[in-house]
Amino acid sequence: MNALIAFLSRAIVQSIPLLFGSTGEILTEKSGNLNLGIPGIMYVGAISGVIGAFPLQQRITAGEAVSPFAVIMIPLLCCLFASLLMGLLYCFLTVTLKANQNVTGLAMTTFGLGFGNFFGGSLIKLSGSNAPAIVLTDISLIYSRSIADKNTAGPIGKLFFSYGFLAYLAIIIAVTAAYILKKTRIGLNLRAVGENPATADAAGINVNRYKYVATCVGSMTAGLGGLFYVLDYASGVWSNGGFGDRGWLAIALVIFSLWRPAVAIGASIVFGGLFILNAFIPSGTNLAIKEIYKMAPYVVTIIVLIISSMRNKKDKQPPASLGLAYFREER
Amino acid sequence: MDGTNAAVKMRNITKTFGSVVANDKVWLDIYKGEILALLGENGSGKTTLMNMLSGIYFPDEGQIFINDEEVKITSPKIAFDHGIGMIHQHFKLVDVLTAAENIVLGLNDGSKFDLKKASEKIRSICEMYGFEVDPAQKIYDMSVSQKQTVEIVKVLYRGADILILDEPTAVLTPQETDRLFAVLRNMRDDGKAVVIITHKLHEVEDISDRVAILRKGQFVGDMKTKETNAAEMTNMMVGHAVSLNIERPDPVDPKPRIEVKNLTVRDVDGIVKLNDVSFTANSGEILGIAGISGCGQKELLESIAGLQKVESGSIAYINDKGEPEELVGKDPLSIQAMGVALSFVPEDRLGMGLVGNMNLSDNMMLRSYRRGKTAFTDRRAPHKLAENVVNELSVSTPSVETPVRRLSGGNVQKVLVGREIASAPTVLLTAYAVRGLDINSSYTIYDLINKEKKQGVAVIYVGEDLDVLLELSDKILVLCGGRVSGYIEGRGADKRKVGMMMTKLGGAAEDEE
Amino acid sequence: MKNKEPLVHLVKRSDISSGKAWIIRGIAILASLVFCGLLTLAIAKVNPIKLYSAMFEGNFGSKRRIWVLLSNISALLGLSIAVTPAFKMRCWNLGAEGQCLAGALATTACMILLGGKVANPLLWAIMLVSAVLAGAIWGFIPAFFKARYGTNETLFTLMMNYVATQLVAYFIVIWETTKGSANIGVINQRTEAGWLPVIGGQRYLLNVLIIAALTIFMFIYLKYTKHGYEIDVVGESEKTARYIGINVRNVIMRTMLLSGAICGVCGWLLVGSTNHTLTTSLTSGYGFTAVMVSWLSRFDPLIMIFSSFLLIFMNKGASEVASSLSLNESYGDILTGIVLFFLIGCEFFINYRVIFRKKNAEVSEKKEA
Repeated sequence: MNALIAFLSRAIVQSIPLLFGSTGEILTEKSGNLNLGIPGIMYVGAISGVIGAFPLQQRITAGEAVSPFAVIMIPLLCCLFASLLMGLLYCFLTVTLKANQNVTGLAMTTFGLGFGNFFGGSLIKLSGSNAPAIVLTDISLIYSRSIADKNTAGPIGKLFFSYGFLAYLAIIIAVTAAYILKKTRIGLNLRAVGENPATADAAGINVNRYKYVATCVGSMTAGLGGLFYVLDYASGVWSNGGFGDRGWLAIALVIFSLWRPAVAIGASIVFGGLFILNAFIPSGTNLAIKEIYKMAPYVVTIIVLIISSMRNKKDKQPPASLGLAYFREER
Repeated sequence: MDGTNAAVKMRNITKTFGSVVANDKVWLDIYKGEILALLGENGSGKTTLMNMLSGIYFPDEGQIFINDEEVKITSPKIAFDHGIGMIHQHFKLVDVLTAAENIVLGLNDGSKFDLKKASEKIRSICEMYGFEVDPAQKIYDMSVSQKQTVEIVKVLYRGADILILDEPTAVLTPQETDRLFAVLRNMRDDGKAVVIITHKLHEVEDISDRVAILRKGQFVGDMKTKETNAAEMTNMMVGHAVSLNIERPDPVDPKPRIEVKNLTVRDVDGIVKLNDVSFTANSGEILGIAGISGCGQKELLESIAGLQKVESGSIAYINDKGEPEELVGKDPLSIQAMGVALSFVPEDRLGMGLVGNMNLSDNMMLRSYRRGKTAFTDRRAPHKLAENVVNELSVSTPSVETPVRRLSGGNVQKVLVGREIASAPTVLLTAYAVRGLDINSSYTIYDLINKEKKQGVAVIYVGEDLDVLLELSDKILVLCGGRVSGYIEGRGADKRKVGMMMTKLGGAAEDEE
Repeated sequence: MKNKEPLVHLVKRSDISSGKAWIIRGIAILASLVFCGLLTLAIAKVNPIKLYSAMFEGNFGSKRRIWVLLSNISALLGLSIAVTPAFKMRCWNLGAEGQCLAGALATTACMILLGGKVANPLLWAIMLVSAVLAGAIWGFIPAFFKARYGTNETLFTLMMNYVATQLVAYFIVIWETTKGSANIGVINQRTEAGWLPVIGGQRYLLNVLIIAALTIFMFIYLKYTKHGYEIDVVGESEKTARYIGINVRNVIMRTMLLSGAICGVCGWLLVGSTNHTLTTSLTSGYGFTAVMVSWLSRFDPLIMIFSSFLLIFMNKGASEVASSLSLNESYGDILTGIVLFFLIGCEFFINYRVIFRKKNAEVSEKKEA
């Protein structure tokens, strides 16, 4: 039982970056934009948070008092602002300039990873540490402060109350996104834009504005995933490449949850579980098998993709105009 | 005509697309509490005229008055604001949304978003006029007629009191049509102005209070439906026979070439497009296919060409030895492999017959690229063919390396026809071969078709201009609603009689004698 | 009416000559280089001339550097060539990473399992065949489902990359030299079994030659063969393809097989010739960069030579410069990204004409015709 609780709570922590990323990408894809720049954006979100936190950490290390509010807000705003810029860039290229979405997204990922590693590397050099990492322990302590202590709490506390505030924010955003998509006028209009922009346009919906807003909000949400990863999950330790392929996993999660943010909450925990399953392998087993576990999320995603296309149920498909630029005069 | 209850007045409306005049100084009134039928052949400018009311197009000249006030309708939204709603032939609905969601899409009245309330309003509209719509049903689960109903409710929901329906019955079964008409009558009785675009005479007689007729973009006249009859309307619609002086050489040694028997075809939605169609096309003759568009012409040609799934019936190709060979169930490649030289000039020139982004010479290759045993394509022959076509048909193009999408409509068609006849066909299928072409190009095409005929090719010519069909064809087959409604000799055929066959539903038996 | 129209009006261009289009792209490249120069000036206070001469030096400074450059270009170009036939058919094969890794894995397996058991030339051939097969299978799986059920190939191929990555990771652990190192070291270091031959005394020459041959092959395949023609037609219009009797499903599957097979060849080269080892980052992300190279080169293999040169030059050059300027080597990725953004953005001016309100009355009427 205890092992299960421990496993679940670790799976949840693991799931949060994925949940941020996939909620962001769902919003984006609902507007018809397939943003393959999400891995880059999450990376940029993470490093921007680190950039914002770095001077604070240095002041704390130097013994200065820094208000916890500033510690939370400065990295958070840095992260949101940088992710927003990335979202705007993507929109400018794909919506305004109608560039190919796949190519733009991949270029953003190249750029984002480069950006992250560049500033990561530079800060590491600045901090003068021997290890190839930036350590922001004090910042992380505030970010990961939870109601219940991870190590001492009982099962309930451990399962539900042992996470930093960003974890709850992820769930709140996902639930809100689900609500907006399903229950509000904006959500309805957004879905129409992603499905059939020409019809939405004819109904008087400003297609480009919806694409911009959805994609930028999506980028900022995804960026938070990066922030959570470094300041909470990784205990404030940034090392280049540490984020791994979580960005792509978030895109897989979008498909796996069939473009529904509420489903993504549960699905991300499943993915998180699969991701860390290897740590729970009984000792003595061949360690290679853990790589196969890590493959599992992608394989199940492929299976979901295949089955949904075979069954051809209309509301379990990608948004119909996903990946296509909209040009009014072409209808 | 300047009655006080005119909801819409259109005055001197002119609209041109390039060199084509779609509407020429049209003058039309639409009254409240009346169903107006807008009657005309294909290309007579009915839809264009109504599109200017619904904000899709903006007129080049002329004025529009709504309730005696001059308005400028520059977008669909402005049309809505004036209470004009149009139901297009292609529905503008989002498949994965429900009926209610589609109906309220894009609306923002400032109040809280409440689908339940909207559904109630939808239900009350439905009750009022007798629609059957389930607000919670997804569009993709709906039949065509249900989708159309959603479109109508959508327009009413937004408070339209001028309703335009563009050929609403084209996709409906007779029962569904009856139901639609009942609803339209309810709306008329409610004081709304209803316009129905159609080219079916019996519908005009069935539903309308008044009929306005357009011909070749011009307003011909209007009258109370009760005070007119089918013959008069046909007359006004097709006009007097015009002599075009198209050559019609006598057929040389005609023999049966294509024998179609009891052909029935359904489209992907399961709607019957061809119903028990039988006829014979002879070599050395032109068989003209007349009919309002959408009556199965496309399906007929595509069935013969091996591009359409056939439900039942047979299509036999009679070879030179007089033996029949079945074409049903074969794809274009296997038809070619059988040694049947079949050429097809489809209606969709740049979407099907040609590749717009490829140059002339590459487009010539579409038919011939498989020739030769090597893995490589032979570029010289198509290049030469392209040059020949350009020279012989005087295609105006910078070079044969120019992408065909840059050519004008007439030149595109010359390229397509040129390629199709270059393969020395025994059967030539053409669909709307001169649509959108200027006079000179049209005559070039007629000449080409006649030349093929003289060489013993069996030509099947689908056309929309009756004058041309009457002068060009040796035989005329009339299709109406997927059925054969007439099969007559081309020489001496009476235009009015053909016109009647085109608009008469199910009248095949009497006319065939 | 006029006062209701937006300030600018877009019209799709159909008449731009390819020469003019390349001039626009050239301007975009120049602009991006200027921008990168200014950025570097701002960040590191290095003047642009110094930056670019250092970059040039970094790429061409020594014989070894030139060979490394050529080897990198080959790797990127090879994958770009591989994805091109699929793209030309409008089938978004984003799975070059995975297809290449599958080929690399098969190659490694042959080297490890058969090394020393069969003669080297035979081993090379077996390696090649298995790499080609593995890559082709990796490409065929998504193609099959796309052709059959219309499964979205963009997402499918993307996912297949990570299945391949994890499969490679799995085998790396199985074959690792020291337990827990997750590293298989240099394969057959002692015997050099399965190492592809070094010709002309240059380790990378084989790669360059094979990729050059593949480039020429692809150029000819796309331009002069019946298959290439069919790919063109299917990409332009499936309706036309059916009209002339092309079996669209078969063409999709056949083309993806080819695409995957060439990725397999790249994997074979990377393991057998360049690295003699297998890691999950074997491709250095070139599978994704290849997508951009192919697209930016308008699917023309010959232009890809230049495009991949440009990207590698920027990336490696900047990394080299960065280390000498005590910047971080990832600076190369940033500059690459910037160049890409400029090139992506400039396509807009090639595809659309922007018309300002004043003179648009006539044009806006024309579009409706």
